[in-house]
Amino acid sequence: MSTSTVALVDYDEAVARFDPVIGIEVHVELGTRTKMFDGAPTEFGADPNTQVTPVSLGLPGALPVLNGTAVESAIKIGLALNCQIAEVCRFARKNYFYPDIPKNFQTSQYDEPIAHDGFLDVELEDGTVVRVEIERAHMEEDAGKNTHVGGATGRIHGAEYSLVDYNRAGIPLIEIVTRPITGVGTRAPEVARAYVQTLRDIFRALEVSEARMERGNVRADVNVSLRPSPDAPLGTRTETKNVNSFRSVERAVRFEISRQAAVLDGGGTVVQETRHWHEDTGVTTPGRVKSDAEDYRYFPEPDLVPVAPSRDWVEEIRATLPEMPVARRRRLQDEWGYADAEMRDVVNAGAIELIESTVAAGASPAAARKWWMGELARTANTDGVALEELLVTPLQVAELQGLVESGRLNDKLARQVLAGVLAGEGSPEQVAHDRGLEVVSDDGPLIAAVDEALAAQPDVAEKIRSGNLGPVGAIIGAVMKATRGQADAGRVRELVLERVAQD
Amino acid sequence: MSTISREEVARLAALARIDLSEAELTRLAGELDVIVESVAKVSEIATADVPATSHPLPLTNVFRDDVPVEPLPVADVLAGAPAAEDGRFLVPQILEED
Amino acid sequence: MAADLTRRSAADLAQALRSGEVSSVEVTQAHLDRIAAVDGAVHAFLHVSTEDALATARDVDARRAAGEELPALAGVPVAVKDVVVTKGMPTTAGSRILSGWVPPYDATLVERLRAAGMPILGKTNMDEFAMGSSTEHSAYGDTHNPWDLDRIPGGSGGGSAAAVAAFEAPLAIGTDTGGSIRQPGAVTGTVGVKPTYGGVSRYGLIALASSLDQAGPVTRTVLDSALLHEVIGGHDPRDSTSLAEPLPDVVGAARLGLTGDLTGVRVGVVRELDGEGYQAGVRDRFEESLDLLRGAGAEVVEVSCPHFDYALAAYYLILPSEASSNLAKFDGMRFGLRVEPTDGPATAERVMGATRGAGFGDEVKRRIILGTYALSAGYYDAYYGSAQKVRTLIQRDFAAAFEQVDVLVSPTAPTTAFKLGEKLDDPLAMYLNDVATIPANLAGVPGMSVPNGLVDGLPVGFQILAPARADDRLYRVGAALETLLEQRWGGPLLAQAPELPTAAPEGSQP
Repeated sequence: MSTSTVALVDYDEAVARFDPVIGIEVHVELGTRTKMFDGAPTEFGADPNTQVTPVSLGLPGALPVLNGTAVESAIKIGLALNCQIAEVCRFARKNYFYPDIPKNFQTSQYDEPIAHDGFLDVELEDGTVVRVEIERAHMEEDAGKNTHVGGATGRIHGAEYSLVDYNRAGIPLIEIVTRPITGVGTRAPEVARAYVQTLRDIFRALEVSEARMERGNVRADVNVSLRPSPDAPLGTRTETKNVNSFRSVERAVRFEISRQAAVLDGGGTVVQETRHWHEDTGVTTPGRVKSDAEDYRYFPEPDLVPVAPSRDWVEEIRATLPEMPVARRRRLQDEWGYADAEMRDVVNAGAIELIESTVAAGASPAAARKWWMGELARTANTDGVALEELLVTPLQVAELQGLVESGRLNDKLARQVLAGVLAGEGSPEQVAHDRGLEVVSDDGPLIAAVDEALAAQPDVAEKIRSGNLGPVGAIIGAVMKATRGQADAGRVRELVLERVAQD
Repeated sequence: MSTISREEVARLAALARIDLSEAELTRLAGELDVIVESVAKVSEIATADVPATSHPLPLTNVFRDDVPVEPLPVADVLAGAPAAEDGRFLVPQILEED
Repeated sequence: MAADLTRRSAADLAQALRSGEVSSVEVTQAHLDRIAAVDGAVHAFLHVSTEDALATARDVDARRAAGEELPALAGVPVAVKDVVVTKGMPTTAGSRILSGWVPPYDATLVERLRAAGMPILGKTNMDEFAMGSSTEHSAYGDTHNPWDLDRIPGGSGGGSAAAVAAFEAPLAIGTDTGGSIRQPGAVTGTVGVKPTYGGVSRYGLIALASSLDQAGPVTRTVLDSALLHEVIGGHDPRDSTSLAEPLPDVVGAARLGLTGDLTGVRVGVVRELDGEGYQAGVRDRFEESLDLLRGAGAEVVEVSCPHFDYALAAYYLILPSEASSNLAKFDGMRFGLRVEPTDGPATAERVMGATRGAGFGDEVKRRIILGTYALSAGYYDAYYGSAQKVRTLIQRDFAAAFEQVDVLVSPTAPTTAFKLGEKLDDPLAMYLNDVATIPANLAGVPGMSVPNGLVDGLPVGFQILAPARADDRLYRVGAALETLLEQRWGGPLLAQAPELPTAAPEGSQP
């Protein structure tokens, strides 16, 4: 398992000499309350083997019955990926022996997926859009979990025995398979990452899965191959299994490109194989070659009947689909009038929903962006928390902005009020009141303050009177200081000029 | 004369995870001809224009509501296990990584 | 008293229980005593659940005494084939690989038996995983035919048929994948029904071939089968292939048939199931039964189902294929037997191989290897796929035939019971036992075997087949034939069976 001997070609050199082609298989665990084929609950983190029935344990005699909600979720995903939804499709048995699959076959769709021939437009960080073609999306079931015990490293090869928990066995999975993604050249790792990230956003928008990467709700297998030029036939690919974070997807593709380039440069051939991703070392290593040579002996699952979604049902589901994240982003950018770079920052900061709510509560898009991407982003950054975790709601931000626009707060006061809100002192109105933070709008006290300031600096007053407006700022500053910033500077300026003229 | 070799039987036995003795391998190689004969027989009439029937009665769209049932008590789950530890099934070391 | 009780039909017993003539404890104990007396010779049972059965009987008696309205068969005991899982009761499917396994749940049909207040006497012997036609492939010894203890009781459900024929149980549950209810019925002189596919839930049946398996009644009279069918039949949401429609009125149909009148009923004799290979006496009894049906007003015509000749070949591709996958779960990891390899490292993979090598018998290994071959890469279309096409053609034959006639008939099995061991080394000869029964499984239609006489002192059966969902037709025709034959015999056929040697009674222990 030593990885130190793996030769690598510098990434830029690799992509200069070879054209990478990638393909991605994503498995998403649906967030249904029960498993794909039985009513066993699917709560995360339950004690081992407490979420199983005779069906999910594969006990003799048990039979599967398909979860209707899982089918609906599969159709939603298919439609969101612009797929055709099959008129009739079936499940098959994929036969292989492994202790974490209780029946020693996985019930999965094989040659008749529920959704096929779609595409997904993926937006890269610089705004480039890449269309990824979807070959198919099909339904299947998850496996149980093996924990390897004993042995020196705790790795499978050194284990003395394994403990198996079947809670996860039978949880509904949708597997989404792309066609080979070509023509992305050096950006292949970035495209892979953006594709998985976009899918994650879609799963969440559809509310079919919590899509939490760290829980393994979304798992990616990345296929990579190299060819000498875009005109050449596809090279031999490797499949790196179970890459479970966005960053890892990008790194794994990058690593494989460098590794395969080194193999090819050395006159070798890439072996078609399954590889494993090692998060800690950032490398892939070959999996054990299966003696069964993947003879899965597929045949139609006789214990389940065909799924034939009526066109009415499909259209009904289509009508309830939420707007997809990329389309929504484009619409909002348009409505808000943000520049591309501004919108990208908002997206990357995870501020879309916050700004949308703030705008809905009455703030202008520009003001909403100013608050969330300015003062609040700085605070969140300093505190090391996410924007939505701050103790301020979009409604409060809109209220704060309303106070500014009505002239009751100026920018400086507004920031102080916001600090109070973030400190949990209540709504902006409340904080302004409690802290006595409000622009002084009554001219009486202001006039007094102006007169006082002019009297304190007679030479400055004289200069102004003689038409030199340069030093007005000094008087305004004195007034602001005297009123503890609660004056409207514009109004102070007007009053200074008025009072000087009257003298 | 059997048409399926002993080696082929050994491959199938490995695929089906059944340890077979030398005597069993030899005997089964002879007996597998029944399937070759069956294939020859069905091939006479299984022409391209005949659709396949995988279910005796044509049902479709049999779905279950997404409502949890009571899971098995964990004691029942493990009661039949050849070995168990910490609420889990204890199985021998797994050599083949998926 | 006890002997009388065991000789009575389930319908009679139900009436006697309702009227208070006997208690369920008495009826159940009488059968347990009979098991203790004769099962040493017959070996129909793998497990006798004395306490469980008596507890149910006591409960039913108490509820009846309290004036509770009870289901029709409440208090009438039943035996269950060991391929059906029973909570808290060992279930082996006749295999060493499941020795000692006690399921944590009940099959749907067992739940229904329990809900109907029927004491479960125990689990009956069978060919391992229901693969066989003689019950000689059980890992737990042969079952003997009560008509001649040197002969097979049929299979795979030889235990259920023998239990009923030996008066150890008034009723039993069987399962039929290619004839495993009907063929044992024929060779033991009992009634056996394979309902329409989907008519009885398969949830909790240890699957042999999922698209062929069906559970059904094993009894001594047609009416008793109807009564039991009514208990176990009907929709089950835990079986995706379960039919949603209500069961037809099988009991009403049986009662109608008992009038002996079949005026207007069209009966088709399947030409392809009446040819060579049938023992002469079997054909004689069959012809006599046809005469009786004609005499009862039925119109008997010959029909042709040309593709039935291909049924056996298709069956021997479909069954092993599905079985090889269904039996993959028996691997020594989660339940049942675990065997360590004799040498080398005990990895999961090698323990699975050793467990399956030691835990499965020859016939099971043979069929798993056949199925693995038929499904393995490159062969699927030519093998399983082609067999599924034959299925379509057989269904079309049935559809065409049922446009001309109401039921189809044939001898159930080509011969009477052969001697134990006689065909054990000849799998093909063994397979031919099922030639007449297999088409019904391939097409999903219901079938019944009714005893229709003796040949050289051994019983033979008459098979009736009906369109899918029309199980009631089997009962009408079957009951009519039964009543006409019994008029001729002067009583039930089983009254002519020899007395069995009995062991000295040892209380209620088997």
